[in-house]
Amino acid sequence: MKDLLKALPWIGPAVALIATVVLFPVGVMFWNSTRDISQSGLDDGGVGLANFATVVGFQYFWPILGRTVVWVVGVVGVTLLGSLALAALLDKSFPGRRLVRMAVIVPWASSVVMTTMVVHYGLEPYFGIINSFLVDVGLIASPEGYGWTRHPVTAFAWAMVVAVFVSLPFTTYTILAGLQSVPGETVEAARIDGAGGVRTYFSVVLPQLRGAVSVAVLINIINVFNSLPILRVMTGSIPGYDADTIMTMIFKYLQNQRQIDLASALSVIAFFVVIVIVAVYVRVVRPLKEV
Amino acid sequence: MTALAESGTAPRQTTRPPSDDRPRVRKYTADQVPIGSVLLRMFTGLVVVVVFLLPYLIMFFGSVKTKAEIRSVDPTYFPTEWHWENYVTMWSTPETPLAQNVISTLVISLCATLLVLAVALPAAYYTARFRFRGRLVFLFLVIVTQMIQPAVLTSGLFREFIAIGIIDTWGAMILVNAAFNLSFAVWIMHSFFAAIPKEVDEAAQIDGAGTLAVLTKINLPLVWPGIVTAVIFTFVASWNEFAASLVLLSTPGNQPLSVALTKFVGQYETSWHYVFGVSIVAIVPVIILFMAIEKRLVGGLMAGSVK
Repeated sequence: MKDLLKALPWIGPAVALIATVVLFPVGVMFWNSTRDISQSGLDDGGVGLANFATVVGFQYFWPILGRTVVWVVGVVGVTLLGSLALAALLDKSFPGRRLVRMAVIVPWASSVVMTTMVVHYGLEPYFGIINSFLVDVGLIASPEGYGWTRHPVTAFAWAMVVAVFVSLPFTTYTILAGLQSVPGETVEAARIDGAGGVRTYFSVVLPQLRGAVSVAVLINIINVFNSLPILRVMTGSIPGYDADTIMTMIFKYLQNQRQIDLASALSVIAFFVVIVIVAVYVRVVRPLKEV
Repeated sequence: MTALAESGTAPRQTTRPPSDDRPRVRKYTADQVPIGSVLLRMFTGLVVVVVFLLPYLIMFFGSVKTKAEIRSVDPTYFPTEWHWENYVTMWSTPETPLAQNVISTLVISLCATLLVLAVALPAAYYTARFRFRGRLVFLFLVIVTQMIQPAVLTSGLFREFIAIGIIDTWGAMILVNAAFNLSFAVWIMHSFFAAIPKEVDEAAQIDGAGTLAVLTKINLPLVWPGIVTAVIFTFVASWNEFAASLVLLSTPGNQPLSVALTKFVGQYETSWHYVFGVSIVAIVPVIILFMAIEKRLVGGLMAGSVK
């Protein structure tokens, strides 16, 4: 106990910050999810689990949940495959490699909102530059374009493309770090034993990337599940609930409808979803056991 | 895998068919890669560069077009005339007070970074140097905050900040950004402190230096790269934060650029050239900062997850 008191001046401020801005709001959120709170913010008493019943009973709840699964699995899966390929390239030596590495970092440093806005503009009918490019190469017949950002399904699909794009840098860099820790002798030995490049990669290099891949996937799942800005920009102006995930729905309750009790209830659900995903993932893949 | 490794170190083994008479020791170095595959790598690299820079090139070319050109039904890939004055006129666009948004973004990011440093540095030092009861609990708490993101907590933060009266202030976002970047900062600095041999500290203590003097005079110069990485990472993350700012800041002038710019979307006539001009101004400095810590980014993100 005495040594904890001695440590307090050093770790106390960090604990205080985590307590006020992370732990306390979690408590407030759980409490609010069981209250009836008016739009002006007045607490009108406890309602038990009624908010949860309302949120889950909402007619679009299950489609939204399903779309959230598609969003997370699709984005994380494609990102992983793309990153494995990119990292393999960046691990090889060739003139200009440093330039390529720097280019890959750009979407990571840039504001996700701003990156998404360029794509949103590019897809606009008539004047959007991506749309116009697709017309020029003959993939789309009329310059009016498809109206990518007007339909929930296409807007959502493009949002997934952007999500993959902004997730690639972190994932690639993590896998690249993993590749650099693969001992050169194991690769050399495989070559001497007559294994070709592809075979060496799949049976020697890839198994050793397990740790890096697990960590990258875990952090990506959390980030992609919690992602708001891409969908907000890309599908936010589409009426209805056909392009929403749990996260955008929370913000619709919070901002458009000012129903903080329902927003809290859905946040609590999201909170548990994240915990379950992380727990299952850690159990199955055991990323924390490595290294 | 181990079998392969062993045969590598003991080439006389009979694991290979005897007919194979290629040279036994072949160095796996770059100079022996055929020129064809080097060219292929360079070409693929070029494609990667183009793909990753494309959105930002569109942004840049768009930022110097006129409103008429960027909204033309026959769009141009490159500006027909370069209108650099957009970078001056954009500040008085009616959608949002852009100059104030820049100030807000700067103040929030700078203060959050300073707060993170003030709070994380002592914690990282002490947990790396001393064993004490509750140390593991503390480190676990820090990892947990890396798993939680502000987006899922906004409804709780919103009510809490109303209750304590800091809703819609810079202070609210300074606290949020500091708290959610604390984990990265603690872990990267912790790993740098842990890499310094304890004997260095002990030698200084024998010479009569106190704990604080050991930290500032002996350790700080050695962990400097870790501090720079933590500072830049926190600054860039705060600079780009969106979800919490969207809900916690309602006065237009208080909002950071990430939130302010979304007001342009869905307008009857979006001034895309201004959106892109502001984006370029906001993106270029942080890209340069991020490139400076490129080599240490992964270490900081992985450290917390694998320890």
